Amino acid sequence: MVKKIFERFYIGIILLFLYAPILILIMLSFNKSKSRARWGGFTFHWYKELFQNEDIMNALYTTLIIAFLSALIATIIGTAAAIAMNSMKRTPRTILMAITNIPMLNADIVTGISLMLIFVALRFTLGFTSVLIAHITFNIPYVILSVMPKLKQLNPHTFEAALDLGASPVYAFFKVILPDIFSGVISGFFLAFTMSLDDFVITHFTKGPEINTLSTKIYTEVRKGIKPEMYALSTLLFVTVLLLLIIINRKGAEKKVPLKQN
Amino acid sequence: MKVPLNVKNKMFQKPAKDSDKEFKIGRVNQVKLLSFPYIIWMVGFIIIPLLMILYYGLTDRDNNLTFKNIALISDPINRKALLLALELSLISTIICLLLAYPLAMVLRKNHKTSNSFIVLIIILPMWMNFLLRTIAWQNILEKTGIINSILQFFHLPTLNIINTSAAIILGMVYNFLPFMVLPIYNVLVKVDKDVINAARDLGANGRQTFLKIILPLSIPGVVSGITMVFVPSLTTFVISTILGGSKIVLIGNVIEQQFRLGNWNTGSGLSLVLMVFILFSMAILSKYDKESEGSNLW
Repeated sequence: MVKKIFERFYIGIILLFLYAPILILIMLSFNKSKSRARWGGFTFHWYKELFQNEDIMNALYTTLIIAFLSALIATIIGTAAAIAMNSMKRTPRTILMAITNIPMLNADIVTGISLMLIFVALRFTLGFTSVLIAHITFNIPYVILSVMPKLKQLNPHTFEAALDLGASPVYAFFKVILPDIFSGVISGFFLAFTMSLDDFVITHFTKGPEINTLSTKIYTEVRKGIKPEMYALSTLLFVTVLLLLIIINRKGAEKKVPLKQN
Repeated sequence: MKVPLNVKNKMFQKPAKDSDKEFKIGRVNQVKLLSFPYIIWMVGFIIIPLLMILYYGLTDRDNNLTFKNIALISDPINRKALLLALELSLISTIICLLLAYPLAMVLRKNHKTSNSFIVLIIILPMWMNFLLRTIAWQNILEKTGIINSILQFFHLPTLNIINTSAAIILGMVYNFLPFMVLPIYNVLVKVDKDVINAARDLGANGRQTFLKIILPLSIPGVVSGITMVFVPSLTTFVISTILGGSKIVLIGNVIEQQFRLGNWNTGSGLSLVLMVFILFSMAILSKYDKESEGSNLW
């Protein structure tokens, strides 16, 4: 019993450690004073300002577009690659898996620099497209690693049965395989989206001067002080995702109930 | 619904020696063609770019071969930055390990709720920008910050750790702790309960079971966690910029600065030195990670 209380306490402490900064940022978004260091009273002012601030809205737009497109393209390329790798012999599969691991294990700063060098060598102007390509590159591994376990769980005979019954391989893929691995594909997509959203270092090196994502915009403000609208925007993003997760969890819980009764 | 089916399959299949034959999408050999876009992408945007660093690092502005860029690491400022980065990242890796292992053990016990916990510690915080989260630590650690206000309230001596190495270590632990928890948790849940029960049946006490059974079996997760924390800590320049003030310079800051100033050759040369450490930890990781082929990360 004492042990259990101690375990709960430990988890609580870790969560406090991880969430204290987030709570502070949420508080700062309601802070009347422009300075980070002083509490000037409660206000919704920054939330109203936020939607008038074109710079921030532009950065948000760029961030979301890049996150969405990079996650989508990475999901397509990554899922295709995972299916192909799954049917490969051991050696080529191991080699491809090792390559997949490079961007995950490599330092962001090295990945960012190397991509910048290749873009410059190809005389490719740094901007939206270069950032998008960079994000796709570091997102593909996350998709592959999400889809792979689902593929390994697949029952190989269902696909063969579909083919025996006259389905074309493509038709069988969409009707038999995709539904089974779909949860992996979706979680890969959301993981990739989140990674892209939170990335700073690789974007920092591959973006040109004209374009800013939220991360790079925040970085330029580190020295002179963050605009409070930024706290408001982050709070909105965070709360939206929190609510979505709660809803998904609720739905998952509802689904599980009848299963238990069986 | 899918789970029982799989369990059944596993029960009837012999532990496949020839895992190549596990599953192929039909007899269609063209399925391998699906990996082509990926292979082209990875060669174009991972392998060739890394070779570019090698090229820039080993040449000067006039494209002549030189080792001067790499030798710059022995410059006192750069060497100090590298040594400090090594020291701080080692310390934060150890702290992460000490914090994460017990946490993973607790999570393993009630692993029905753990999946949502993993989301809670890894995915959700990312929606609050990583730079902002680190900046928030300034608020907590500052002279007039939250911790000091609390300490003052109780008339305790105040802490002065903002703009010191301690603040950077804290920032590293804060940012990378989840990457230590996840791989350790992933191996711990896979430890067969029967093995643990067998050890208990044979008379091992809790401590012995842990030291002889659980700990050795969890080593691959620990190694992968160590890499996942050590590499980003060693190479960060953001955390040191935000929490270390301008006085503390890590190797990441030096490289970033070289690129900002346009000294690409120097920056690449120093990156090559850094990559030696990264490759070293990757090599150790792959030694322990052969069986899983890295797919257990998420």
